[in-house]
Amino acid sequence: MPPGFTALDVWYLLPELVLTGGALLVLGADLLIARERQGVLSWLAIAVLGATLVALLPLAHAEATAARGLLAVDGFGFFFKIVFLGSAAMTILMSSRFLSVEGARAGEYYFLILCATLGMMFMASGIDLVTIFIGLETMAVSFYILTGYLKPNRRSNEAAVKYFVLGAFSLGILLYGMSILYGLTGTTQLRPIMAALATQPFGPALALAVILVVAGIGFKIAAVPFHMWAPDVYEGAPTPVTAFLSVGSKAASFAMLLRIFIEGLAVFHAEWSPVFWLLAVLTMTVGNLAALTQSNIKRMLAYSSVAHAGYLLIGVVTATTRGITAMLVYIAVYAFMQLGAFVVVVALRQKDTIGDELKDLTGLYARSPLAAVAMLLFMLSLGGIPPTAGFMGKLWLFSAAIESGYVWLAVIGVVNSAISLYYYVRVVVFMWIKEDTAPVALRLGPAMALALVVAIVGTIALGTYPAPLFEFAESSARALGLSQVALAVP
Amino acid sequence: MDNAANFPLLSLILFTPLVGAIVLLFVSKSSGNLIRLLANVFTFAGFLVSLPLWFWYDSTSADWQFVERMPWIQSIGAEYFLGVDGFSCLLILLATLMGFLAVLSSWTAITERVKEYYIFLLLLQTGMIGAFVSLDFLLFFLFWEVMLVPMYFLIGIWGSDRRLYSAIKFFLYTLVGSVVMLLGILALYFYGYEQTGVYSFDVTRFHEMNLPVSLQIWIFLAFFLGFAIKVPMFPFHTWLPDAHTDAPTAGSVILAAVLLKMGTYGFIRFSLPILPDGTRYFVPMIVVLSIIGIIYGALVAMAQRDWKRLVAYSSVSHMALVMLGMFALTPVGIMGSIVQQLNHGISTGALFLLVGVVYERRHTREIAQYGGLSKVMPMYATVFLIMTMSSIGLPTLNGFIGEILILQGVFVVSKLWAAAAASGIVLGAAYMLWLYQRTMFGKVDNPKNEHLPDLNMRELATFVPLIALAIWIGLYPSPILNRLETSVEKVVARVNANYPQNASVVAPVGPGEGD
Repeated sequence: MPPGFTALDVWYLLPELVLTGGALLVLGADLLIARERQGVLSWLAIAVLGATLVALLPLAHAEATAARGLLAVDGFGFFFKIVFLGSAAMTILMSSRFLSVEGARAGEYYFLILCATLGMMFMASGIDLVTIFIGLETMAVSFYILTGYLKPNRRSNEAAVKYFVLGAFSLGILLYGMSILYGLTGTTQLRPIMAALATQPFGPALALAVILVVAGIGFKIAAVPFHMWAPDVYEGAPTPVTAFLSVGSKAASFAMLLRIFIEGLAVFHAEWSPVFWLLAVLTMTVGNLAALTQSNIKRMLAYSSVAHAGYLLIGVVTATTRGITAMLVYIAVYAFMQLGAFVVVVALRQKDTIGDELKDLTGLYARSPLAAVAMLLFMLSLGGIPPTAGFMGKLWLFSAAIESGYVWLAVIGVVNSAISLYYYVRVVVFMWIKEDTAPVALRLGPAMALALVVAIVGTIALGTYPAPLFEFAESSARALGLSQVALAVP
Repeated sequence: MDNAANFPLLSLILFTPLVGAIVLLFVSKSSGNLIRLLANVFTFAGFLVSLPLWFWYDSTSADWQFVERMPWIQSIGAEYFLGVDGFSCLLILLATLMGFLAVLSSWTAITERVKEYYIFLLLLQTGMIGAFVSLDFLLFFLFWEVMLVPMYFLIGIWGSDRRLYSAIKFFLYTLVGSVVMLLGILALYFYGYEQTGVYSFDVTRFHEMNLPVSLQIWIFLAFFLGFAIKVPMFPFHTWLPDAHTDAPTAGSVILAAVLLKMGTYGFIRFSLPILPDGTRYFVPMIVVLSIIGIIYGALVAMAQRDWKRLVAYSSVSHMALVMLGMFALTPVGIMGSIVQQLNHGISTGALFLLVGVVYERRHTREIAQYGGLSKVMPMYATVFLIMTMSSIGLPTLNGFIGEILILQGVFVVSKLWAAAAASGIVLGAAYMLWLYQRTMFGKVDNPKNEHLPDLNMRELATFVPLIALAIWIGLYPSPILNRLETSVEKVVARVNANYPQNASVVAPVGPGEGD
């Protein structure tokens, strides 16, 4: 055991350790299993995620730091880890058939998905800039490879190069901002950083650090004006990877953002909140307006996910318990509806059709009623129509804004969600109103049907009886606040 | 009444159509007649279970009745809180009856995608009833929005000509109104928290809260946008003629008879009692818009060549009259406004059903295509005559009662307003009678009309209850007025507290005469 580590640290790190071991197991199993039976690997990967969950559950009410203050084991991290594990499992469920249609190898793919998940977990629990950065790097590198996973596919290659170049650049910017924070405070740990900054004025160096960190994270959450990569990468990446990228990576980046700004820089809330206000408005509005004209579903969902990052930023602006609770609620809700929508898009990929254009949805109600009902629900939910989960998420976000006096932010958000319905409803028109002349039944297969049903149940249940999620999110958000209070009295 | 206290009557009424929709999900889509039968059974059952609202309602009590209350989302103080007063009782009865008649009228009209059609109609039914029974703002908003999607599909899939355009127009108009309304609800919610320290969406609490005038004005505007689009008031009415014209018959019936009442219901239930100062502040604006609506709607109706469009514009005019009566803020005016809402539901609902009957036979709604129908379809012509008379307010029929009450209520406030309202009524008589003359009288000059079959038994069955109601309300409205009295008094006491509180809201009604 490394010096300074105790058995308790191992207990706190057990979920990550299980996931690391499991990822290697999947990689090893890939060598032993014949190529035509590689579907087994997906279930093995899901079993690994399940084992990680089992190791994680006992830590639900933990409130501690581990590994010499590098990691926080708290409700906040717990909430996000559940989201990551769930999204990874959904992604794997929708990947199996996609990979065989594309003729891509399964082993490394699942390994990389699990590695990305591991990186996300460190991003959510890291309370040290270096730890957070290493988590981010682990996730980002996995995604660079996953984006270009379809080697013979030009779009996939182009997307990977674009993502890698821009991603590396943005990581550099983020790192630069972090190094200034280190220079100002002499530490990389967030809580001591806040304590050190509390005695300093908000000088130009700090302002530069904040701007650089915002830009770096802004790239990861695809906030306008750092969103340019998103449509191309989302369109080019293998569809299940796009799904995971738009949910897992985004959620993890928001976790990182909250850790840094709430646990490390909360004292300067008055200074940085206008930046996020502007970012939120731009992101919502540009995302929605750009989505209006898309004819490719993946591009449309890319812009829509840009817009959703804008809604989420409302929570950052308020930086209240209600605001952060709203973000957590929204992230959980968003995971269900966004992943669900991608399951349907993945299902459209057949041997002879790419299936990512809007017109490929024509007459879906006759081809697969389950997929059509599901997609209807997800579109309504993304647009925020009750009784779906998306409404409850938006309700929380907008009410947080109103409570903190950001009425105009709420108004802009509401207007934006009305605009967004135009393009969500367009999807519905293709599926339900336009008729396909010769409908061919769309077969989902058990794994994708399972993923769809999970997403449907989540979307409806959280829309009609969201009380348990609200309570879970609120206690998790308070955990972030708790560590903050603990710090205020050093 | 004693068994009413424990029995979840409102939930039963609310969820019967939803259960029907879920049952239909599991019926094979190839068995069309079974689907039709089940849909009819469930909506009829929905009507039957709503009847106790009429018999068990205690019109002497001013309290909320049939109350059900359970925690729903405790962390934000939202509850599953249902309850009714006389006003919502009557609207629920209207909704369950019209819902059943709309389903009954669709038996042969809808031949494609039958299963989805009835599922959407049943979902719509639950949404409408839900909005009328909710006493929790969040729950109300949830049901309010639930209505949107089924109606969108009803127009978009089973509509005619420009159905896609009309459907999306309906959807976006109503949506914009309702999201702004949601902001108003949230503003109320946080104000309530500031005042009492309790997070709650409980509508009845807000009925007793006194808000600062400036806040009332803002919230009133937010609510106004939501409700005025739904009513629809001039100048927010442009979605309505499109939606009505392109919707299938059942869709038009529901839209006219029940959905439009959501707007007026919202005003009486929320805006007036919660925002009395805001209401009074905006009376001039709303009165002007209503008067424009009354006259403009009637004039445009007169110019229509499309039968359904004509009825749609008549709706704009009639609903503007309803708004005028309401914003007189006198007991008689509000009472008349409510009665007229019911009348409009009955007569306009019936008029859309009537258009549907000939549309199903001829597949055209152009008035010029018809003429002399009274010779080939005498029974049809009779029903149409009764409903035309009901719509223009002939004494002994229901329309008269509503209009006279509204005029009476408005007259004491301003003779000018009353004159404007009366002119709308005159114009209404003109376009309706002219429509009747052009379609029913004269020679049968179009050979396609020569052998049109008259109403069959099923079609007749859809009209009988409406005719009966029209005559009943026209001759003996006291049971209805009785049920409304306490609810109206409560509203007036909030919004127009200085108005002389004489108990004789409606002169000829004595105690106990009601049932």
